[in-house]
Amino acid sequence: MTVPASPVPPDATPLDLTPLHPRLLPREGWLAVAVFVLLLVVAIPLAHLVVPEGSALHFGGFAVGLLGKLLCFAICALAMDLVWGYAGILSLGHGLFFALGGYAMGMYLMRQIGSDGQYRLPMPDFMVFLNWKEFPWHWALSDSFVAQMLLVVLVPGLLAFVFGYFAFRSRIKGVYFSIITQALTFAAMLLFFRNETGFGGNNGFTDFKRILGIPLNTPGMRVFLCVLSGLVLLGLFLMSRALVQSRYGRILQAIRDAESRTMFSGYDPVAAKLFVWTLSAMMCGIAGALYVPQVGIVNPSEMSPAASIEMAIWAAVGGRGTLIGPIVGALFVNGTKSVFTVAFPEFWLFFLGALFIAVTLFLPQGLVGLARLVWTRLRRGRA
Amino acid sequence: MTPDLLSAGAQRHAAALARAAASGTGGSGGRSASYGRLLGAEVDFTHGVALYLDELTVSFDGFKALNALSLSLDVGELRCVIGPNGAGKTTLMDCITGKTRPDSGRASFGSTLDLLRMSEAQIATVGIGRKFQKPTVYERLTVLENLELSLAGDRRVRHLLRARLDGAQAARLDELMTLIQLRTEAHRSAGLLSHGQKQWLEIGMLLAQDPKLLLLDEPVAGMTDDETARTAELLLGLAGRHTLMVVEHDMHFVATLAAGHRKVTVLHEGRVLAEGPLAQVQADERVVEVYLGR
Repeated sequence: MTVPASPVPPDATPLDLTPLHPRLLPREGWLAVAVFVLLLVVAIPLAHLVVPEGSALHFGGFAVGLLGKLLCFAICALAMDLVWGYAGILSLGHGLFFALGGYAMGMYLMRQIGSDGQYRLPMPDFMVFLNWKEFPWHWALSDSFVAQMLLVVLVPGLLAFVFGYFAFRSRIKGVYFSIITQALTFAAMLLFFRNETGFGGNNGFTDFKRILGIPLNTPGMRVFLCVLSGLVLLGLFLMSRALVQSRYGRILQAIRDAESRTMFSGYDPVAAKLFVWTLSAMMCGIAGALYVPQVGIVNPSEMSPAASIEMAIWAAVGGRGTLIGPIVGALFVNGTKSVFTVAFPEFWLFFLGALFIAVTLFLPQGLVGLARLVWTRLRRGRA
Repeated sequence: MTPDLLSAGAQRHAAALARAAASGTGGSGGRSASYGRLLGAEVDFTHGVALYLDELTVSFDGFKALNALSLSLDVGELRCVIGPNGAGKTTLMDCITGKTRPDSGRASFGSTLDLLRMSEAQIATVGIGRKFQKPTVYERLTVLENLELSLAGDRRVRHLLRARLDGAQAARLDELMTLIQLRTEAHRSAGLLSHGQKQWLEIGMLLAQDPKLLLLDEPVAGMTDDETARTAELLLGLAGRHTLMVVEHDMHFVATLAAGHRKVTVLHEGRVLAEGPLAQVQADERVVEVYLGR
């Protein structure tokens, strides 16, 4: 019975440790990033603002608005992938965090209307309609852009932190956790529907005029918000990439695969899950804040259970646990949706259901998994 | 036993004796008694006791999984625990590692740490490692990543975000990879390993934590004879340096581990039925009746 005193045999190949400290992106990845930035920052503004309207290369206002919206959804899908794809936490309530970010932005935009509303009074129309004489307490900071932008991340972050702390500490997992998040967003929706909550009831906020004093409804602002959404998506993608490639990212996956093993190895899964959960909620808040000025409205329907479930579908269709997959999924599903709802409006939900079933049955790795499969087949065929 | 292990053990024993003598206060080494010291506390093995369980009782809806069970392990001991199904072997491990809270009784690690007041993660951090009955590894991470995550070190999120391997850790990974004979599989997903290889990987992950006490629940289940023999060799090599508690059904394996008059504990209906060298235990009438005779 001997255990080798120096167990590395002299002829052993040195252990390759580079996978533990991978590069942020491979060379092709940086190339793709450069192309994305060029398209976003140069091509789209040119095509929208400079190319004349009759030209085939002209990118219309509708297209810019749609793209901006899709990029915001892609941020949500990315946030979803961090918690679901990596940490194995399926949230069916991320629409709530998105909506909260949107409402925080919406409050500021409502104040920016000033006295230009229907009633020509220095208060949002819905408050005048309710015969309110002064702003409720939670509107105290709404005049300050900086304060509201902080609330865009702080409100979803704080709610997620408190909710997550109790849920994770009580070891609520799997489908139970999903159901509670679903209930949470539903409860919030009912709360926001009420006029006395002070968020405009079922109409929500709309009729925005300007941001930081600059008119919203101009081609320049439209392109700016679209480009900004794209750059924020890129930034959050790179941040998420760094996160999942760190040892922290690996412990998240370990928790997903065998949570009890991580505990008996001395890790605290509550802290690890709470961090990514809160971060993910903040990302959704940012997405909501970018979305609202582009679509010009925010109302409680953003908190409907279906809206949150759709986010999970984007991630599943694109491919969980890949970061890029959910982004592709969000763009693909919503792009298809905008085509479908124009061409065959009554069939969209059937199509979405069929897509989800098809992906679950045949493409467990989603579209990205399919692309990888095709790619390896092609390479093998060539070799 | 390998000579280097023996000499290391002897040195540690001498150091412990010297400490006790130098402090001049006898057995407790100059420390005042302090029960339930938790975080940041180092385990105290100077009394020679690694694990001390006193009258542990666990009941599930009236069924007593453990019934006033008392057991103690000496530092460096390799103890096999056997017993028929439902004897409470896994519940015993659950109590030691904090997964199950006993209804009554005491459990201490070393002479100062009260295990019943610590969380699973704290218990792991002070030096108790556990291998599950069903091999539990991170299936979708590679073998290398599985071991990396198990290495001892700071486990706080803010550290994990920036953590990089240092030279000593890299060397340790290299050494473990050879020890568990998975060097060539380093970059494969752990889920693709054979059952026996997963068992070895989990043992490797345990060793990476550098635990003082290892609890192994059926470590050779599903292994080939050859793998079983190699596992026995590995565990015997660890005894002395670590304290081990092995729960096992395979009597050949137990006989190999218990060679040289090591103690074996027989559990039955949640309590210790017999304890002693294997030959003596096997000759015990009560043991024959409940377990070995059947």
